[in-house]
Amino acid sequence: MNQSESIETIRDIRRMMERSSRFISLSGLSGVSAGVCALVGAWIAHPYVYGYKEYIIHPEIAIVQAMAEDYSILFNTWLFWIAVGTFFSAFISAFVFTWIKSKKEGIPVWGNASKRVLASVGIPMIVGGIFLFRLLQFGTFGLVAPACLIFYGLGLVNAAKYTLNEIKYLGYTEIILGLISMWFIGYGLYFWAIGFGLMHIVYGIWMWLKYDYKNIRA
Amino acid sequence: MINPIEQLNKAFDNRIRLGIMSALMVNSEINFNELKELLQLTDGNLASHLKTLEDHQYIQVKKGFIGRKTNTRYSITKNGEKQFKQHLAALEKMIRSMQ
Repeated sequence: MNQSESIETIRDIRRMMERSSRFISLSGLSGVSAGVCALVGAWIAHPYVYGYKEYIIHPEIAIVQAMAEDYSILFNTWLFWIAVGTFFSAFISAFVFTWIKSKKEGIPVWGNASKRVLASVGIPMIVGGIFLFRLLQFGTFGLVAPACLIFYGLGLVNAAKYTLNEIKYLGYTEIILGLISMWFIGYGLYFWAIGFGLMHIVYGIWMWLKYDYKNIRA
Repeated sequence: MINPIEQLNKAFDNRIRLGIMSALMVNSEINFNELKELLQLTDGNLASHLKTLEDHQYIQVKKGFIGRKTNTRYSITKNGEKQFKQHLAALEKMIRSMQ
């Protein structure tokens, strides 16, 4: 074995360790598509949030639900369904681009690394979801957007060690935006649109240029 | 001085076995299908290399089921980890001695 062979061997070892422990097929386009979904969602939600449109679907039922302190009043709002639609369209579109990339690179989509990414994003997100639910029950609507940004940011920082490291900086950005927005109650949707929309697009393009674009050209 | 080439482990003198060991060094367990995708191999080819490593007792096998499908999981043994680290150290020495 000569020097270049040993160096090549060490390179192989490193590559395999990385491929098997970090989910590196996360595509920049996933970020862009999730960001676009978030912007569309925010645009649809805007008139309901700022009172130009009635956000309750069936007002006559809502009165009964409100008096009975029935939590299902949440499902009787347009905003809830807009949020659900935005989340799933963002998640699915993001998944598609990453799935395509992982197929191309021969990295398992449902492997150890991707499971760790999902678990580390998922735990803060689920906790955040429960927290949001209680916020809504108490009528603390002003803290909804900050809480979304903060819990999601914590999830990203947590997951960064199992995927592309740059995700960490997106996480910090979301957390900082979330914290700032706590002092700008009433502008939550705008902060939300910057954090989930614009930042996903900006980071997505950056990651795409860094990891995907040069591979396409090469 | 001991010749570092003699310290290289013959069992790791193969890209596929080296790949399997590298992946198992950083994951507590990996199943057969995931290894197959990571290394982009056929079933038979991967199985034969896994068998070699298993015979050396560098890796251990756990067979289980997910529903009706078999789920065979592999993990590195204490000895396997030690041997792999020695192999890496030998590689390092080789590169240094050649500089």
